[in-house]
Amino acid sequence: MSPLVAILVRDMRIAIRVGGGALMGVLFFLVVVTLVPFAVGPDLALLKRIGPAILWLAALLASLLALDRLFASDHEDGSLDLILMSRAPLELVVAVKGIAHWLTTGLPLIVAAPLIGLFLNLDPPAEAALVLTLLVGTPALTFIGLIGAAIAVALRRGGLLLAVIVLPLTVPVLIFGVAAANAAVAGPVPFGTPFTILCALTLASLVVGPFAAAAALRQEME
Amino acid sequence: MRLSAIDLACHRGGRDVFEGLSFAVSSGEVLTITGRNGAGKSSLLRTIIGLARIAHGKLALEGGDAELTIAEQAHYLGHQDALKPALSVGENLRFWTGFLGARGEHIRPALDAVGLDELADLPAAYLSAGQRRRLSIARLLAVKRPLWLLDEPTSTLDAAAQQRLTGFMRAHLTEGGIILAATHGSLGLGATQELRLDDLRASAAAAMAEQEAP
Repeated sequence: MSPLVAILVRDMRIAIRVGGGALMGVLFFLVVVTLVPFAVGPDLALLKRIGPAILWLAALLASLLALDRLFASDHEDGSLDLILMSRAPLELVVAVKGIAHWLTTGLPLIVAAPLIGLFLNLDPPAEAALVLTLLVGTPALTFIGLIGAAIAVALRRGGLLLAVIVLPLTVPVLIFGVAAANAAVAGPVPFGTPFTILCALTLASLVVGPFAAAAALRQEME
Repeated sequence: MRLSAIDLACHRGGRDVFEGLSFAVSSGEVLTITGRNGAGKSSLLRTIIGLARIAHGKLALEGGDAELTIAEQAHYLGHQDALKPALSVGENLRFWTGFLGARGEHIRPALDAVGLDELADLPAAYLSAGQRRRLSIARLLAVKRPLWLLDEPTSTLDAAAQQRLTGFMRAHLTEGGIILAATHGSLGLGATQELRLDDLRASAAAAMAEQEAP
Protein backbone atom coordinates (compact mmCIF):
# COMPACT_ATOMS: atom_id res chain seq x y z
CA MET A 1 0.00 0.00 0.00
CA SER A 2 1.44 3.35 -0.93
CA PRO A 3 1.72 6.03 1.78
CA LEU A 4 -0.90 8.23 0.14
CA VAL A 5 -3.44 5.43 -0.20
CA ALA A 6 -2.82 4.57 3.46
CA ILE A 7 -3.59 8.16 4.51
CA LEU A 8 -6.73 8.27 2.36
CA VAL A 9 -8.08 5.03 3.76
CA ARG A 10 -7.27 6.00 7.34
CA ASP A 11 -8.84 9.47 7.17
CA MET A 12 -12.00 8.20 5.50
CA ARG A 13 -12.30 5.40 8.02
CA ILE A 14 -12.00 7.82 10.94
CA ALA A 15 -14.53 10.19 9.37
CA ILE A 16 -17.23 7.57 8.90
CA ARG A 17 -16.81 6.04 12.36
CA VAL A 18 -19.16 7.10 15.15
CA GLY A 19 -18.36 10.68 16.14
CA GLY A 20 -16.51 11.29 12.88
CA GLY A 21 -17.07 14.34 10.71
CA ALA A 22 -19.04 12.77 7.86
CA LEU A 23 -22.43 12.23 9.48
CA MET A 24 -22.19 15.43 11.53
CA GLY A 25 -21.67 17.48 8.38
CA VAL A 26 -24.80 16.15 6.68
CA LEU A 27 -26.92 16.51 9.80
CA PHE A 28 -25.73 20.08 10.31
CA PHE A 29 -26.53 20.86 6.67
CA LEU A 30 -30.00 19.38 7.10
CA VAL A 31 -30.68 21.30 10.30
CA VAL A 32 -29.56 24.67 8.95
CA VAL A 33 -31.61 24.32 5.78
CA THR A 34 -34.65 23.11 7.67
CA LEU A 35 -34.52 26.12 9.98
CA VAL A 36 -34.81 28.60 7.12
CA PRO A 37 -38.47 27.94 6.19
CA PHE A 38 -39.35 28.31 9.86
CA ALA A 39 -37.58 31.65 10.03
CA VAL A 40 -38.75 33.01 6.67
CA GLY A 41 -42.28 31.66 6.81
CA PRO A 42 -44.24 29.63 4.25
CA ASP A 43 -43.66 32.05 1.39
CA LEU A 44 -43.02 29.58 -1.41
CA ALA A 45 -42.00 32.18 -3.99
CA LEU A 46 -39.45 33.71 -1.63
CA LEU A 47 -38.03 30.33 -0.64
CA LYS A 48 -37.67 29.39 -4.27
CA ARG A 49 -35.77 32.60 -4.95
CA ILE A 50 -33.36 32.36 -2.01
CA GLY A 51 -33.15 28.54 -2.00
CA PRO A 52 -29.82 28.17 -3.87
CA ALA A 53 -28.19 30.80 -1.65
CA ILE A 54 -29.39 29.06 1.51
CA LEU A 55 -28.13 25.68 0.34
CA TRP A 56 -24.76 27.14 -0.59
CA LEU A 57 -24.38 28.91 2.76
CA ALA A 58 -25.31 25.74 4.62
CA ALA A 59 -22.83 23.71 2.55
CA LEU A 60 -20.13 26.26 3.30
CA LEU A 61 -20.73 26.09 7.06
CA ALA A 62 -21.07 22.31 7.06
CA SER A 63 -17.80 21.79 5.22
CA LEU A 64 -16.02 23.99 7.77
CA LEU A 65 -17.37 21.94 10.63
CA ALA A 66 -14.91 19.07 10.72
CA LEU A 67 -12.07 21.02 9.16
CA ASP A 68 -10.42 22.43 12.27
CA ARG A 69 -9.53 18.92 13.48
CA LEU A 70 -8.00 17.93 10.15
CA PHE A 71 -4.37 18.68 11.10
CA ALA A 72 -4.86 19.52 14.77
CA SER A 73 -5.63 15.92 15.72
CA ASP A 74 -2.58 14.66 13.83
CA HIS A 75 -0.48 17.30 15.53
CA GLU A 76 -1.71 16.50 19.03
CA ASP A 77 -1.20 12.74 18.84
CA GLY A 78 2.23 12.96 17.21
CA SER A 79 1.19 11.56 13.83
CA LEU A 80 2.21 14.78 12.13
CA ASP A 81 5.83 14.29 13.28
CA LEU A 82 5.96 10.90 11.60
CA ILE A 83 4.27 12.28 8.48
CA LEU A 84 6.83 15.09 8.27
CA MET A 85 9.66 12.55 8.62
CA SER A 86 8.40 10.42 5.79
CA ARG A 87 9.33 10.22 2.17
CA ALA A 88 5.87 11.21 0.95
CA PRO A 89 5.87 14.90 -0.07
CA LEU A 90 3.94 16.92 2.48
CA GLU A 91 2.04 18.76 -0.24
CA LEU A 92 0.64 15.48 -1.58
CA VAL A 93 -0.20 14.21 1.90
CA VAL A 94 -2.07 17.46 2.56
CA ALA A 95 -3.89 17.17 -0.77
CA VAL A 96 -4.87 13.57 -0.03
CA LYS A 97 -6.18 14.58 3.38
CA GLY A 98 -8.21 17.26 1.60
CA ILE A 99 -9.60 14.69 -0.82
CA ALA A 100 -10.52 12.36 2.04
CA HIS A 101 -12.24 15.26 3.80
CA TRP A 102 -14.20 16.19 0.69
CA LEU A 103 -15.24 12.59 -0.01
CA THR A 104 -16.58 12.23 3.53
CA THR A 105 -18.12 15.67 4.11
CA GLY A 106 -18.56 17.37 0.73
CA LEU A 107 -19.90 14.47 -1.27
CA PRO A 108 -22.64 13.49 1.22
CA LEU A 109 -23.89 17.10 1.13
CA ILE A 110 -24.19 16.92 -2.63
CA VAL A 111 -26.10 13.65 -2.39
CA ALA A 112 -28.43 15.14 0.23
CA ALA A 113 -28.91 18.46 -1.56
CA PRO A 114 -31.74 17.41 -3.97
CA LEU A 115 -33.78 16.03 -1.09
CA ILE A 116 -33.20 19.07 1.07
CA GLY A 117 -33.95 21.31 -1.92
CA LEU A 118 -37.56 20.12 -1.72
CA PHE A 119 -37.92 21.96 1.59
CA LEU A 120 -37.09 25.15 -0.24
CA ASN A 121 -39.53 24.61 -3.12
CA LEU A 122 -36.83 24.17 -5.74
CA ASP A 123 -37.98 22.62 -9.01
CA PRO A 124 -36.00 19.88 -10.80
CA PRO A 125 -34.00 22.09 -13.22
CA ALA A 126 -32.96 24.36 -10.36
CA GLU A 127 -31.95 21.35 -8.27
CA ALA A 128 -29.90 19.89 -11.09
CA ALA A 129 -28.06 23.20 -11.55
CA LEU A 130 -27.53 23.50 -7.82
CA VAL A 131 -26.11 19.99 -7.48
CA LEU A 132 -23.76 20.68 -10.36
CA THR A 133 -22.49 23.91 -8.81
CA LEU A 134 -22.04 22.20 -5.43
CA LEU A 135 -20.18 19.32 -7.05
CA VAL A 136 -17.77 21.73 -8.69
CA GLY A 137 -17.61 24.29 -5.88
CA THR A 138 -17.31 22.29 -2.64
CA PRO A 139 -13.79 20.98 -3.42
CA ALA A 140 -12.72 24.63 -3.50
CA LEU A 141 -14.23 25.15 -0.04
CA THR A 142 -12.31 22.16 1.33
CA PHE A 143 -9.01 23.09 -0.26
CA ILE A 144 -9.22 26.72 0.83
CA GLY A 145 -10.12 25.38 4.24
CA LEU A 146 -6.90 23.32 4.29
CA ILE A 147 -4.94 26.55 4.52
CA GLY A 148 -6.95 27.70 7.51
CA ALA A 149 -6.67 24.29 9.18
CA ALA A 150 -2.88 24.34 8.81
CA ILE A 151 -2.59 27.91 10.11
CA ALA A 152 -4.79 26.99 13.06
CA VAL A 153 -2.26 24.27 13.96
CA ALA A 154 0.63 26.69 13.60
CA LEU A 155 -1.07 29.21 15.87
CA ARG A 156 -2.28 26.51 18.27
CA ARG A 157 -5.83 27.79 18.11
CA GLY A 158 -8.71 25.93 16.59
CA GLY A 159 -12.40 26.46 16.16
CA LEU A 160 -13.46 30.03 15.54
CA LEU A 161 -10.09 31.18 14.30
CA LEU A 162 -10.46 28.78 11.40
CA ALA A 163 -13.84 30.26 10.47
CA VAL A 164 -12.44 33.78 10.68
CA ILE A 165 -9.53 32.91 8.41
CA VAL A 166 -11.38 30.74 5.93
CA LEU A 167 -14.80 32.34 5.46
CA PRO A 168 -13.55 35.58 3.83
CA LEU A 169 -11.45 33.53 1.40
CA THR A 170 -14.51 31.59 0.29
CA VAL A 171 -16.46 34.69 -0.78
CA PRO A 172 -15.61 34.36 -4.50
CA VAL A 173 -16.64 30.70 -4.52
CA LEU A 174 -19.92 31.61 -2.84
CA ILE A 175 -20.62 34.46 -5.26
CA PHE A 176 -20.07 32.42 -8.40
CA GLY A 177 -21.63 29.24 -7.04
CA VAL A 178 -24.89 30.99 -6.18
CA ALA A 179 -24.76 33.09 -9.34
CA ALA A 180 -24.46 29.98 -11.50
CA ALA A 181 -27.30 28.22 -9.68
CA ASN A 182 -29.53 31.29 -10.00
CA ALA A 183 -28.60 31.84 -13.61
CA ALA A 184 -29.82 28.37 -14.52
CA VAL A 185 -33.27 29.19 -13.13
CA ALA A 186 -33.87 32.88 -13.56
CA GLY A 187 -31.31 34.20 -16.02
CA PRO A 188 -30.53 36.68 -17.43
CA VAL A 189 -26.83 35.70 -17.43
CA PRO A 190 -26.20 32.37 -19.17
CA PHE A 191 -25.32 29.50 -16.77
CA GLY A 192 -21.96 28.97 -18.42
CA THR A 193 -20.37 32.29 -17.49
CA PRO A 194 -20.41 32.11 -13.68
CA PHE A 195 -20.04 28.33 -13.80
CA THR A 196 -16.78 28.53 -15.76
CA ILE A 197 -15.38 31.01 -13.25
CA LEU A 198 -16.44 28.66 -10.45
CA CYS A 199 -14.52 25.85 -12.16
CA ALA A 200 -11.49 28.11 -12.44
CA LEU A 201 -11.67 29.02 -8.74
CA THR A 202 -11.79 25.34 -7.82
CA LEU A 203 -8.84 24.45 -10.03
CA ALA A 204 -6.80 27.32 -8.58
CA SER A 205 -7.59 26.32 -5.01
CA LEU A 206 -6.69 22.67 -5.74
CA VAL A 207 -3.22 23.88 -6.65
CA VAL A 208 -2.68 26.69 -4.13
CA GLY A 209 -4.34 25.05 -1.11
CA PRO A 210 -1.97 22.09 -0.59
CA PHE A 211 1.17 24.18 -1.12
CA ALA A 212 0.05 26.92 1.25
CA ALA A 213 -1.11 24.45 3.88
CA ALA A 214 2.12 22.42 3.67
CA ALA A 215 4.16 25.62 4.02
CA ALA A 216 2.17 26.58 7.12
CA LEU A 217 2.69 23.14 8.66
CA ARG A 218 6.44 23.24 8.01
CA GLN A 219 6.63 26.69 9.55
CA GLU A 220 4.86 25.40 12.63
CA MET A 221 7.45 22.69 13.12
CA GLU A 222 10.33 25.13 13.43
CA MET B 1 26.75 2.16 9.57
CA ARG B 2 27.69 5.16 11.67
CA LEU B 3 25.76 8.21 12.81
CA SER B 4 27.95 11.13 13.71
CA ALA B 5 27.36 14.68 14.84
CA ILE B 6 30.02 17.37 14.85
CA ASP B 7 29.63 20.57 16.83
CA LEU B 8 25.84 20.41 16.61
CA ALA B 9 23.73 23.30 17.89
CA CYS B 10 19.99 23.77 18.15
CA HIS B 11 17.97 26.90 18.90
CA ARG B 12 14.31 26.70 19.69
CA GLY B 13 11.96 29.50 20.59
CA GLY B 14 14.80 32.05 20.54
CA ARG B 15 16.95 30.21 23.07
CA ASP B 16 20.00 27.98 22.74
CA VAL B 17 18.96 24.47 23.66
CA PHE B 18 22.41 22.97 23.20
CA GLU B 19 25.64 23.88 21.46
CA GLY B 20 28.91 22.25 20.52
CA LEU B 21 27.53 18.73 20.67
CA SER B 22 29.59 15.94 19.10
CA PHE B 23 29.08 12.20 19.18
CA ALA B 24 29.38 9.13 17.01
CA VAL B 25 27.45 5.86 17.20
CA SER B 26 28.17 2.83 15.05
CA SER B 27 26.18 -0.27 14.15
CA GLY B 28 25.29 -2.33 17.18
CA GLU B 29 25.83 0.53 19.62
CA VAL B 30 23.56 2.45 21.93
CA LEU B 31 23.88 6.10 22.88
CA THR B 32 21.88 7.09 25.93
CA ILE B 33 21.16 10.78 26.27
CA THR B 34 20.73 11.94 29.82
CA GLY B 35 20.15 15.26 31.49
CA ARG B 36 17.67 17.06 33.70
CA ASN B 37 14.26 18.13 32.44
CA GLY B 38 14.60 20.74 29.73
CA ALA B 39 18.24 19.90 29.03
CA GLY B 40 17.40 19.34 25.36
CA LYS B 41 17.16 15.53 25.13
CA SER B 42 13.99 15.59 23.06
CA SER B 43 15.24 18.53 21.01
CA LEU B 44 18.37 16.57 20.11
CA LEU B 45 16.33 13.61 18.87
CA ARG B 46 14.02 15.93 16.93
CA THR B 47 17.01 17.70 15.42
CA ILE B 48 18.45 14.41 14.16
CA ILE B 49 15.27 13.54 12.25
CA GLY B 50 14.79 17.04 10.89
CA LEU B 51 11.81 18.07 13.00
CA ALA B 52 13.88 20.89 14.47
CA ARG B 53 16.30 22.93 12.42
CA ILE B 54 20.05 22.45 12.83
CA ALA B 55 21.36 25.89 13.79
CA HIS B 56 24.99 24.96 13.41
CA GLY B 57 27.19 21.91 12.87
CA LYS B 58 26.94 18.73 10.86
CA LEU B 59 25.05 15.50 11.08
CA ALA B 60 25.85 12.50 8.91
CA LEU B 61 24.86 8.89 8.52
CA GLU B 62 27.57 6.87 6.82
CA GLY B 63 26.89 3.48 5.34
CA GLY B 64 23.16 4.00 5.04
CA ASP B 65 21.07 4.25 1.92
CA ALA B 66 22.41 7.32 0.10
CA GLU B 67 19.04 7.90 -1.55
CA LEU B 68 17.27 8.37 1.77
CA THR B 69 17.49 11.09 4.40
CA ILE B 70 18.32 10.22 8.00
CA ALA B 71 14.67 10.64 8.97
CA GLU B 72 13.59 8.14 6.32
CA GLN B 73 15.88 5.50 7.79
CA ALA B 74 14.86 6.20 11.36
CA HIS B 75 12.06 5.30 13.71
CA TYR B 76 11.06 7.99 16.18
CA LEU B 77 9.26 6.95 19.33
CA GLY B 78 8.22 10.27 20.83
CA HIS B 79 6.17 11.22 23.85
CA GLN B 80 2.99 10.90 21.85
CA ASP B 81 1.96 7.53 20.55
CA ALA B 82 0.62 8.60 17.12
CA LEU B 83 -2.49 6.47 17.50
CA LYS B 84 -6.05 7.21 16.43
CA PRO B 85 -8.61 6.34 19.10
CA ALA B 86 -11.33 5.69 16.47
CA LEU B 87 -9.29 2.96 14.75
CA SER B 88 -8.69 -0.50 16.13
CA VAL B 89 -5.30 -1.66 17.37
CA GLY B 90 -4.73 -3.63 14.15
CA GLU B 91 -5.87 -0.78 11.90
CA ASN B 92 -3.54 1.67 13.62
CA LEU B 93 -0.53 -0.55 13.07
CA ARG B 94 -1.62 -1.43 9.53
CA PHE B 95 -1.87 2.28 8.70
CA TRP B 96 1.65 3.07 9.88
CA THR B 97 3.07 0.01 8.18
CA GLY B 98 1.41 1.06 4.92
CA PHE B 99 2.34 4.70 5.33
CA LEU B 100 5.98 3.87 6.02
CA GLY B 101 6.00 1.82 2.85
CA ALA B 102 6.47 -1.64 4.33
CA ARG B 103 4.60 -4.81 3.48
CA GLY B 104 2.03 -6.16 5.88
CA GLU B 105 3.46 -9.56 6.78
CA HIS B 106 5.15 -8.36 9.97
CA ILE B 107 2.02 -6.82 11.48
CA ARG B 108 0.76 -9.96 13.23
CA PRO B 109 4.16 -11.00 14.59
CA ALA B 110 4.75 -7.44 15.82
CA LEU B 111 1.43 -7.36 17.68
CA ASP B 112 2.27 -10.79 19.05
CA ALA B 113 5.67 -9.60 20.25
CA VAL B 114 4.23 -6.68 22.23
CA GLY B 115 1.43 -8.84 23.61
CA LEU B 116 -1.47 -7.06 21.91
CA ASP B 117 -2.48 -9.78 19.44
CA GLU B 118 -5.68 -10.58 21.35
CA LEU B 119 -6.71 -6.92 21.34
CA ALA B 120 -6.19 -6.41 17.59
CA ASP B 121 -9.87 -5.61 16.98
CA LEU B 122 -10.30 -3.34 19.99
CA PRO B 123 -10.54 0.42 19.30
CA ALA B 124 -7.34 2.11 20.46
CA ALA B 125 -9.47 4.46 22.59
CA TYR B 126 -9.83 1.66 25.16
CA LEU B 127 -6.11 1.00 25.58
CA SER B 128 -4.25 1.96 28.74
CA ALA B 129 -1.24 4.26 28.54
CA GLY B 130 1.14 1.29 28.71
CA GLN B 131 -0.74 -0.60 26.01
CA ARG B 132 -0.68 2.46 23.77
CA ARG B 133 3.06 2.69 24.22
CA ARG B 134 3.42 -1.01 23.40
CA LEU B 135 1.38 -0.52 20.24
CA SER B 136 3.67 2.27 19.11
CA ILE B 137 6.67 0.06 19.88
CA ALA B 138 5.07 -2.55 17.59
CA ARG B 139 5.57 -0.04 14.76
CA LEU B 140 9.35 -0.33 15.19
CA LEU B 141 9.08 -4.09 14.85
CA ALA B 142 6.66 -4.15 11.90
CA VAL B 143 8.78 -1.83 9.75
CA LYS B 144 12.51 -2.49 9.60
CA ARG B 145 14.66 0.61 9.94
CA PRO B 146 18.26 0.75 11.09
CA LEU B 147 18.11 3.82 13.32
CA TRP B 148 15.90 3.92 16.42
CA LEU B 149 15.40 7.22 18.24
CA LEU B 150 13.58 6.60 21.48
CA ASP B 151 12.34 9.38 23.75
CA GLU B 152 11.77 8.03 27.27
CA PRO B 153 10.84 4.61 25.84
CA THR B 154 10.24 2.98 29.21
CA SER B 155 7.85 5.57 30.64
CA THR B 156 4.39 4.06 31.32
CA LEU B 157 5.69 0.52 30.71
CA ASP B 158 5.45 -2.09 33.48
CA ALA B 159 8.41 -4.27 34.44
CA ALA B 160 7.49 -7.12 32.08
CA ALA B 161 7.01 -4.77 29.13
CA GLN B 162 10.29 -3.01 29.93
CA GLN B 163 12.04 -6.37 29.77
CA ARG B 164 10.42 -7.10 26.43
CA LEU B 165 11.57 -3.72 25.15
CA THR B 166 15.10 -4.50 26.29
CA GLY B 167 14.84 -7.75 24.31
CA PHE B 168 13.70 -5.89 21.19
CA MET B 169 16.57 -3.43 21.54
CA ARG B 170 19.10 -6.27 21.97
CA ALA B 171 17.78 -7.99 18.85
CA HIS B 172 17.90 -4.71 16.94
CA LEU B 173 21.52 -4.15 17.96
CA THR B 174 22.49 -7.69 16.99
CA GLU B 175 21.08 -7.04 13.53
CA GLY B 176 23.43 -4.06 13.27
CA GLY B 177 20.98 -1.33 14.23
CA ILE B 178 21.74 1.89 16.07
CA ILE B 179 19.77 3.14 19.07
CA LEU B 180 19.71 6.63 20.52
CA ALA B 181 17.62 6.83 23.66
CA ALA B 182 16.79 9.81 25.83
CA THR B 183 16.20 8.35 29.25
CA HIS B 184 16.22 8.92 32.99
CA GLY B 185 16.38 5.30 34.00
CA SER B 186 18.40 2.32 32.88
CA LEU B 187 17.60 0.54 29.64
CA GLY B 188 18.94 -2.77 30.92
CA LEU B 189 21.46 -3.04 28.11
CA GLY B 190 24.56 -3.01 30.32
CA ALA B 191 27.26 -0.45 29.74
CA THR B 192 26.40 2.02 27.00
CA GLN B 193 27.84 5.24 25.68
CA GLU B 194 26.34 8.14 27.50
CA LEU B 195 25.87 11.71 26.39
CA ARG B 196 25.26 14.02 29.33
CA LEU B 197 23.63 17.23 28.21
CA ASP B 198 24.04 18.80 31.68
CA ASP B 199 27.82 18.46 31.58
CA LEU B 200 27.86 19.93 28.13
CA ARG B 201 26.03 23.01 29.26
CA ALA B 202 28.23 23.30 32.36
CA SER B 203 31.41 23.07 30.31
CA ALA B 204 30.07 25.59 27.79
CA ALA B 205 29.21 27.94 30.65
CA ALA B 206 32.67 27.44 32.17
CA ALA B 207 34.35 28.14 28.85
CA MET B 208 32.31 31.30 28.46
CA ALA B 209 33.15 32.39 32.01
CA GLU B 210 36.87 31.86 31.29
CA GLN B 211 36.67 34.00 28.21
CA GLU B 212 34.95 36.77 30.06
CA ALA B 213 37.13 36.50 33.13
CA PRO B 214 40.53 38.09 32.25
